[in-house]
Amino acid sequence: MELNKIKNILEKYFQGETTIAEENELKEYFSSPNVAQHLKQYQPIFSYFSQVKEQKMMQEIPLKTKKRNVAWLSIAASIVILLGIGTFYYVSDNSTNNVVAKSELGTYDDPEEALKATQKALSLLSNNVNVGIESVHYIKEYEQSKNKIFKQ
Amino acid sequence: MNQIVFIELISPFKDKVFRLAKRLLTSTEEAEDATQEVMVKLWSKKENLETYNNIEAVAMTMTKNYCFDQLKSKRADNLKIVHNNFTDREPQLDKKLEDSDSLEWVEKIINQLPEQLQILIQLRDVEQYEFEEIAKIVNMNETAIRVALSRARKKIRESMVNTHSYGIK
Repeated sequence: MELNKIKNILEKYFQGETTIAEENELKEYFSSPNVAQHLKQYQPIFSYFSQVKEQKMMQEIPLKTKKRNVAWLSIAASIVILLGIGTFYYVSDNSTNNVVAKSELGTYDDPEEALKATQKALSLLSNNVNVGIESVHYIKEYEQSKNKIFKQ
Repeated sequence: MNQIVFIELISPFKDKVFRLAKRLLTSTEEAEDATQEVMVKLWSKKENLETYNNIEAVAMTMTKNYCFDQLKSKRADNLKIVHNNFTDREPQLDKKLEDSDSLEWVEKIINQLPEQLQILIQLRDVEQYEFEEIAKIVNMNETAIRVALSRARKKIRESMVNTHSYGIK
């Protein structure tokens, strides 16, 4: 009786016509120790299905990491940028102060001293210009020799 | 929706997603990656998650599609999935069973089926979904599912009988 019923369900099973309840009956039957000899060949199929269903996902699912990381990265990046801009302005402010301080060193309060310093600076300049001109003088030699050869 | 609510929402079908992915991708690691991927995708849609009436079916469909994509890219790269980690890290149930050998046979036989049939076997015979739910997941009508499932089961039977009587007849 029991065996006949199982056979019927098994037949329906292979036709794809069983309900979940009937399939559970099959699973139960084949997990019991007294399976009829000629049905033994189907036993592994059903125990395999039950076995596979025991497999579990072992890993944690990382939910927040991706999004949070982006948020933290942007916060960190904006802090770095702000710090960068801040230090840039801080440093450049200091350096303009230095330029002003340096130019103040070159001024004189006494007009005579100022005249002397100016003359000194100008003579230094003119000396250097003269040195430049002297070195150009010999170009005139070329001019003369050219005039000798190509008489006009 | 916060994390705790979401975890509670996915916990009933998290393992089903994993097992389906493992069925298709074979390796445990890849199946874990796939599960994570699907869950992260669901999490990113958390705003309108409540509007879906069957999140589990959506998740299973996403898993199926993701695995197909993976398989496709694998084949495009000319890479075969290496069947080297059949054994799980957890102590397997079949260790307790006498006939662990024949269970591995069943696994091998199912792995040789076309992927579409593997999915149906997984959804029906392992996860015991109703045909109505399977229809939603694989986007087929119920009759077609029954026919395909019958074909898959008969193929398994055929191969099992062959291996069972191997060396006898």
